[in-house]
Amino acid sequence: MQTFFAFTVVGIVTGAIYAVAASGLVVTYTTSGIFNFAHGAIGMFMAFLYWELRIHHHWPAPIALVVVVLVLSPMLGALIERVLMRKLTNAPVAVSMVVTLALLVILLGVATSIWSPGEGRRLPAFFAGDDVTIAGVRVTYHELITLAIAVMTAIGLRVLLFRTRIGVTMRAVVDNRDLAGLNGVLPERVASLSWALGAALAAIAGILIAPSITLNHTLLTLLVVNGYAAAMLGRLRSLPLTFVGALVLGLAQSYLIGYGGNVTLGSFRLIDAAQVVPTVFLFLIVVFLPQVRLTAGRVVSAIEPNVPSLRASLAWSGVFLVAMTLLSTTMSDFWLFNTSTALVLGLVMLSLVLLSGFAGHISLMQMTFVGLGAITAGRIVGTGSIWSVLAAGLLSAALGAAVALPALRLQPLYLALTTLAVALLGDWAFNQSWGFSGIGGTLTIARLHLPGVRFASEQSQLVLLTAAFCLFGVFVLWIRRGPFGRRLTAVRDSPVAASMLGLNLVATKTAVFALSAGMAGVAGALYGGLRSTVSPNDFIFLQSLFVFLVASFGGLTTVIGALFGGAFLALVPELQKHVPVDSIQYLGIGIGAIALAGNPHGFGGSMSEAGTRLREKLAARRDRQQVTVPTERPPAVVAS
Amino acid sequence: MSGDGRPPALELIDVRAGYGRIDVLHGLTLSVPRGTVLALLGPNGAGKSTTVQIAGGRLVPRSGCLHVAGNHVNGASPGRLAKAGVCTIPEGRGIFPNLTVDENLWVMTNATRRARADVRDRALTFFPRLAEKRTQLAGTLSGGEQQMLAMSRALTTDPELLILDEVSLGLAPLIVKELYEAVAHLTTLGIAILVVEQFADTALAVADVAAIMGHGRIKAIGAPSAIAEQLSSAYLGGAA
Repeated sequence: MQTFFAFTVVGIVTGAIYAVAASGLVVTYTTSGIFNFAHGAIGMFMAFLYWELRIHHHWPAPIALVVVVLVLSPMLGALIERVLMRKLTNAPVAVSMVVTLALLVILLGVATSIWSPGEGRRLPAFFAGDDVTIAGVRVTYHELITLAIAVMTAIGLRVLLFRTRIGVTMRAVVDNRDLAGLNGVLPERVASLSWALGAALAAIAGILIAPSITLNHTLLTLLVVNGYAAAMLGRLRSLPLTFVGALVLGLAQSYLIGYGGNVTLGSFRLIDAAQVVPTVFLFLIVVFLPQVRLTAGRVVSAIEPNVPSLRASLAWSGVFLVAMTLLSTTMSDFWLFNTSTALVLGLVMLSLVLLSGFAGHISLMQMTFVGLGAITAGRIVGTGSIWSVLAAGLLSAALGAAVALPALRLQPLYLALTTLAVALLGDWAFNQSWGFSGIGGTLTIARLHLPGVRFASEQSQLVLLTAAFCLFGVFVLWIRRGPFGRRLTAVRDSPVAASMLGLNLVATKTAVFALSAGMAGVAGALYGGLRSTVSPNDFIFLQSLFVFLVASFGGLTTVIGALFGGAFLALVPELQKHVPVDSIQYLGIGIGAIALAGNPHGFGGSMSEAGTRLREKLAARRDRQQVTVPTERPPAVVAS
Repeated sequence: MSGDGRPPALELIDVRAGYGRIDVLHGLTLSVPRGTVLALLGPNGAGKSTTVQIAGGRLVPRSGCLHVAGNHVNGASPGRLAKAGVCTIPEGRGIFPNLTVDENLWVMTNATRRARADVRDRALTFFPRLAEKRTQLAGTLSGGEQQMLAMSRALTTDPELLILDEVSLGLAPLIVKELYEAVAHLTTLGIAILVVEQFADTALAVADVAAIMGHGRIKAIGAPSAIAEQLSSAYLGGAA
């Protein structure tokens, strides 16, 4: 009984921290309509800043706390609102998602370059060593303070939102932003207040949780997923339910750690599952959420890039293949390898072109599919044979369908959160060394050999991957032009209209998710072969995030965009060696994504547009030379 | 018309505006003098709603001037205009459905210097029906009660200019009568009112001046009785 009580206390305290984090998330989401994926990153950054002042500069704790929580975090929050979020008021979910994810990456990059990850840092608990004994259980002062802060947060938010004019006004803005303006409210002022408040709450959560783990950039950033999970119980709106969710999570985790040590399933101990409790929780909530109302289509103002014909895409593929083969004879092994990496990452981007660009779904777990593909190819089916590649595709496709099926009926945001949850689940499974066998949790994968051909050398790998990229590029474009592609567009542009036409929405969406996951799985098998040795770190959530962000600014609707994205992702680490700025990868990806967030077709779209214009010019010149058939072109629709 | 030499409450001069690449107003000029009720009539697509949006700051004119009480206010946000005394009761239900009646009234104090209690007392004196539903969510009120709550803003925030956009839409005639009694009360206070209605009779009954819009311009302006005669031809496309 005594131990049960002790675990309960720990669980409640953990839940209290989640509650503070989650309530900040809910406050910003409800008042600005933007789901802040960077919430955890703000908490992480502020925890480091607090460490800097408190430990490095020996400031007294109260002063450091006031400066960080009451001054710097609100300022950062308001700044983020002013610079990045204000423009997003009426933007589609996908755009605001890209921006907040990019912000996450940037904060991570800045934090790693200021506070290098190599160095171990510890943040002491408040009043470390002091404790009281309640009913025979030792409760530290830090735990008491944590509880008090959570209770104060709950009461404070309740009072703010129901008993003050500014709070009621915040709720009015949520209800109807336009009408609030007519009531004399300045919505942007309300928004900056709510972002400031959200950032302060993130900072509190970060500082409170940091002592129980070492200050670790990614860990602190992702801890907020626990917050997401709690907030989802309240559908991102209800604060009371959010607090309930946080408590349930904290307790579940604590009991698993307390009692799960003895429960084993083969080599698997239940206690190891403690860290994925929030992820599983999130997934379960999503499964049981009711169907959202289908939305009618909205006008898409930008025109889609040209879709090349089969002949054109085959011709370009041929040219590309010949050019790369010729080039490969001149390259060193080092560059052969890097170029091959660019191509195989381009393959992963192509799977996103299909899924996000054509079908409009967002996946933050693409590298998990790649990882599963690599493991399948390396461990399950005869490594190096063509069967291993096919099996990798099939298995990943099955996982894709399984993940997508429950989430597809929901809003785009929930689908994205589900893929994030599964990506973290994958991180955990990979880190449990499931599927990885070698020393340090690595896995060796043989390079592909077909009957009569072995792709063992770096040069042959480059040719193989070029061919694979061309094949997938032609395939994706073929889909886009065909009936299935038209169905995807219809479902993306107006689910209501598509379902009225008798299209099966679920089947269409599941099919495209499975197809995209399958492509990523095949890419995984090839990636494994190229690298020969892979480790869980190659497939972590952060990599999926990079892939998604780079794909979105490379351009999600064109093959050339995917190629650009792959090259960017593969070559940026190379660039890092020659640039004095730290974490150029994080900053480059983050800033690039934000800069191009307004342009739905990214770099690839601009290239395609330039190509179209060039062709038109050439055609016009040809017409002029051949004399005078006036070409009747439909008036060009200008993107506005 | 008010003749005291002060600038009109609302003045639009050669305003061009629209959505995206589509122009709706093609050089609209319109002025509502202080203490005057102007009824703006016209068929669907004439640009009435766009005019209302411009006057409330929800849409910024592409060119031309928006003057409120003599001040050039192009580009001012709706919130700023509301604080400056422009009160728009928008089409549909101008209330916050997830806030209680009391809270709705509280939000209105953003547009006035009056205290919360003062605003509440004035609103409830005028619409006693709302008093018993003070703690109820506004979204659960009947359509008429919701419109009364919306109209309370005009009564409690002392606007210089009141813009009514289709307030009678979908309401029972008795309710409409009650709402227009409030409008009549406001006219006695010397507030300038711009009434936009598709059903002309209600609006013409309270108006001092009436105007017919068509194709983004004013087609005719004059005394309500004179305008009433031209109405059918304007709606059916004859007047040009």
